[in-house]
Amino acid sequence: MEPFRSHTGLAVPLDRANVDTDQIVPKRFLKSIERTGFADALFADWRFDADGRPRPDFVLNLERYRGASVLVAGANFGCGSSREHAPWALRDYGFRALVAPSFADIFRQNCVQNGLVPAQVGEEEARALMAAVERHEGATVTVDLEARRVLGPDGIVAEIAIDEAARRRLLEGADEIALTLRHEAAIAAYEERRVAF
Amino acid sequence: MSAPSTLYDKLWRSHVVAEEEATGRALLYVDLHLVHEVTSPQAFSGLRMAGRRVRRPDLTLATIDHNVPTDEPILPIADAMSARQVEALEQNCRDFGVPLHGLDSDRRGIVHVIGPELGATQPGKVVVCGDSHTSTHGAFGALAFGIGTSEVEHVLATQCLWQARSRQMAVEFSGTFAPGVGAKDAILRLIGEIGTGGATGHVIEYRGEAVRAMGMEARMTLCNMSIEAGARAGMVAPDDTTYAYLEGRPMAPAGAAWERALAYWQTLPTDPGAVFDTTVRIDVSALEPQVTWGTNPGMVTGVGGTVPDPADFPTPAQQEAAARALAYMDLRAGTPITDIAVDRVFIGSCTNARLEDLRAAAQVVRGRRVRDGVRAMVVPGSQGVRRAAEREGLDRIFRDAGFEWRQSGCSLCLGMNPDLLRPGERCASTSNRNFEGRQGPGGRTHLVSPVMAAAAAVAGRFVDVRTWPGVA
Repeated sequence: MEPFRSHTGLAVPLDRANVDTDQIVPKRFLKSIERTGFADALFADWRFDADGRPRPDFVLNLERYRGASVLVAGANFGCGSSREHAPWALRDYGFRALVAPSFADIFRQNCVQNGLVPAQVGEEEARALMAAVERHEGATVTVDLEARRVLGPDGIVAEIAIDEAARRRLLEGADEIALTLRHEAAIAAYEERRVAF
Repeated sequence: MSAPSTLYDKLWRSHVVAEEEATGRALLYVDLHLVHEVTSPQAFSGLRMAGRRVRRPDLTLATIDHNVPTDEPILPIADAMSARQVEALEQNCRDFGVPLHGLDSDRRGIVHVIGPELGATQPGKVVVCGDSHTSTHGAFGALAFGIGTSEVEHVLATQCLWQARSRQMAVEFSGTFAPGVGAKDAILRLIGEIGTGGATGHVIEYRGEAVRAMGMEARMTLCNMSIEAGARAGMVAPDDTTYAYLEGRPMAPAGAAWERALAYWQTLPTDPGAVFDTTVRIDVSALEPQVTWGTNPGMVTGVGGTVPDPADFPTPAQQEAAARALAYMDLRAGTPITDIAVDRVFIGSCTNARLEDLRAAAQVVRGRRVRDGVRAMVVPGSQGVRRAAEREGLDRIFRDAGFEWRQSGCSLCLGMNPDLLRPGERCASTSNRNFEGRQGPGGRTHLVSPVMAAAAAVAGRFVDVRTWPGVA
């Protein structure tokens, strides 16, 4: 996994709360046995009509947001299913970071496993950021994980709320299984004393 | 003497393998890892690439449920992608020595139905699965939660998982349910009140007299939908109901081991005086049967209510979300719920496809007919549930009424198999998610209990099942 320190990129506003993972990746794309190749699956039913034509009014299809790499979203982003295909699709599409007032627990964890930063900011700041990126065509947003802050247009600065374990994992990009296996002695000792019937 | 502990505190403490001082998180041991075909192939590939093995195949249990056709013959699977995913799991289980209840097993079924049915799910265990509805297993006093595929790989390789402690929410259901009202209505009401993000970051413990009075299958319904409130897990303290359910099941302890297990399980319930971060109280005595009207499970009202007016919601964001939901659902504000006609009825899913659910639904349809123009199906949660239902003659009741009686699987809950809604079709469903397109692109889902779904099949629209002959 590639370490993440700071990223500045074109931001796209998705002004909806409770965006569920069924929308982020519809179930018909979950039959793949690969970890990549989900770029076209991202928001497929919102981006494309039944004949596969782009829906002109969906925000990701607007010319001004082409190449966006920071998604600014509403509260409880990623709720629902545990499908890791959701962060895979966001990453394959080109997103490096997500900014929202809150994320669903499993989705947040899945993002961290894939180097995609779930940057949680305060509700006020999230609202201001959403409005600012809508207002300014070409607006970029910086997600600085080292400094724990998001920088947006109009001088917006928001602190990122993220637990230290997730932050370190993103900054280091290490193989977590290899790290855990260093605890082999503790795991084996636990197995000795484990309550089992 | 130590401070009073909750059930969650006790499960957490008893599973800590190591702690990381700098971050405060702990490495927890996993007692039961359930695996299915959709969220595991990339995890097994990861193991292969790194040359790793499955640490504890004996604590791992796999089944095939999401892609399985439910109409006979179920084989061969016509969809090439589905077939490939199923074959991948079969191959991975062979290669890594993981026990599999595959398509030829008479014990296969939805992963969250067979874990308890086999007695693999037990009080005091940490249970994980690459599936958000793993919360179901919390009904036994287990700490059970869904994980992503990277974490599936991590558990396969290490039998452990890094976790931060959750906050704790007590949900107290007091009172007694009216006939025809039950666990599904209670959990939908809770989500309606706290919202789909209302329990984010929390583990819920369901408490109170209404929960104590529930059987295990109702408790599973309750815990199953904890994730729809955003909770990490949902739990119910084990009691005599739990033990009676488990005793004698194939993977439950037996003989002297049963006595030891029982003594341990009895130490698990939350101590008097233990503290929760949040408490929510709901009296179920006056609770109506619930029906969702929107595109998330929190968009719900009583059957006596009407489709809400988006203008009545407090914030512009909620108004917009409600308006979008009504447009998708093709509903008008002010329409009585009982005026909503349905095209399809689905009785199934890990939420509501156990024997008690099928018994209750059969009671409603016995001697009646599915309304003309409505297509109704029953998909038992497992082959075991299917056989048990057939022994009681429930299949006859459903078939005679015009229901399709299917093989088990996840089926129309998410339509990864051929069971799908057509665009625009409206379905009364006993499943757990009414998200846009969940049951098929353009499909419209109303979440209800099994008895409400059964009554909707007969009436062709939603009815207050409390007034249904034989229920009231």
